[in-house]
Amino acid sequence: MTKEELKSTLTTLFPEATFEENAFVNINISSTQVLKVCTELKENPMFDFDSLVCLSCVDWKIHFNIVYHLRSRSFKHELVVKAKIDNHENAEIESVRNLWMTAHWHEREAYDFFGVKFLHHPDLRRLFNPDDWDGFPLRKDYMDEVNIVEL
Amino acid sequence: MIDVIETKDTGEFIINVGPQHPSTHGVLHLIITLDGEMIKDVDPQLGYIHRSIEKMSEKLSYRQFIYVTSRMDYLSSHINNQACSLAVEQGLGVELPPRAKVIRIMMAELTRLASHCLWYGSTGLDLGAVTPFFFGFRERDEILDIFEDTCGARLTMNYIVPSGVMYDLHPDFQKKVKQFIINFKKNFGEYNDLLSGNIIFQNRTKGVGYISQQDVISLGCTGPVARGSGVSCDIRKWYPYEGYENLQFDEILETDGDCFARYMVRLREMEQSIRILEQLVDAIPEGEFQAKTKNVIKLPKGEYYQKVETARGELGVYLISDGTQYPYRVKYRSPNFSNLFAMKTMAVGQKIGDLVSVMAMLDLVIPDIDR
Repeated sequence: MTKEELKSTLTTLFPEATFEENAFVNINISSTQVLKVCTELKENPMFDFDSLVCLSCVDWKIHFNIVYHLRSRSFKHELVVKAKIDNHENAEIESVRNLWMTAHWHEREAYDFFGVKFLHHPDLRRLFNPDDWDGFPLRKDYMDEVNIVEL
Repeated sequence: MIDVIETKDTGEFIINVGPQHPSTHGVLHLIITLDGEMIKDVDPQLGYIHRSIEKMSEKLSYRQFIYVTSRMDYLSSHINNQACSLAVEQGLGVELPPRAKVIRIMMAELTRLASHCLWYGSTGLDLGAVTPFFFGFRERDEILDIFEDTCGARLTMNYIVPSGVMYDLHPDFQKKVKQFIINFKKNFGEYNDLLSGNIIFQNRTKGVGYISQQDVISLGCTGPVARGSGVSCDIRKWYPYEGYENLQFDEILETDGDCFARYMVRLREMEQSIRILEQLVDAIPEGEFQAKTKNVIKLPKGEYYQKVETARGELGVYLISDGTQYPYRVKYRSPNFSNLFAMKTMAVGQKIGDLVSVMAMLDLVIPDIDR
């Protein structure tokens, strides 16, 4: 599908979502919808997004964005899904690891660095930092006088 | 370096491989559950050399953060630099001079060759053959000499910068590359004679570490690991960048999905890289090697995503700009990260000795996982 087709089909399916456009089509949803939207995107043969290329977490200081870069191997089209988590203190979002196995480790990484809890993730442990590490290093408000040298 | 730490009541052993096991090529630590000789579970422990490059990049300017990425996948440093430069150029909207584009592709393909040469050598070493190591490093050294002439470095190049390349090519570059192509073609037969046709090598790799197409796609594997299972994923073909669309080369696919298939993909890829170099070595356009840009780069507010094909698979750079001279957030989607976690699928049900074959054919570079 072309970008315009993708956008118009998605608008009818998810009327509450908003869109941005840069090199990709970006669909903005709230964190509660993520499982519904992602299941539709993966299972619907019209989209067939069978690979999750990249899962990133972005700390916007008052909320988090979980960004899913999706790609369809059969149609060669791409989509960026941005799920907004409003609660910065106790950030929670549904895990998508049952749809794409690669999310299992991407979500562990995001949990390790941002403290975002992925609900129904079977093995949500820290991935890189030791288990007793204090805080979440990639958050914007993270302070570590020992390891971070301000230039 | 393998030591048994615990015996369960079920008769299963839990053993540690690494963090300094020679066949892990870096500080990878695996906790392996064994039933006799059979692998029941593999749990990679990461973070031994985590430098938090993503956090560091937030404090570095758009010209500076690229240098750090040479230390991620240090065997593909040119290609890492290229990916970041392309992401920054997306924001700048700058059109590269044709000479810079060709130089970049040639450097990227030489990097791919050098990386595969090292992989060939270390694979032989892992599986008990010492000679491939010398063969692989003979060719690799020749490439590193070419790099050293132009970039002044042999490992962390930092040569590709936003808007082009840092310096012009060394006057001997073309001559040396031509000589290298001749040497490589002459020597490449030895590679196949030594390992591909070797019955001991084949017994240790054929039918070992199988992974299906569905698993490859679901686990997000890319590069030779995915192409060994017949999954087409070459970014150079799928989403061409820097003029790869004008070049003649094939995407190598093998369908067996075992270690030998992944081996053959890498070996045949080397021939394709030589093919690309042959097309370009006499066609380097004259002119500028760098487009004109401001000293201080400020990207417009927005998000930029650039994907390139490194020697190990798809590298994605996700760059978020808030309009200042520092990136707001940089995320690297590194190929090794996804490939590593396919190890469990490949190794479970195999013998402990096969783990070395599986690891060798994954061609892991740990600093790329522990960014």
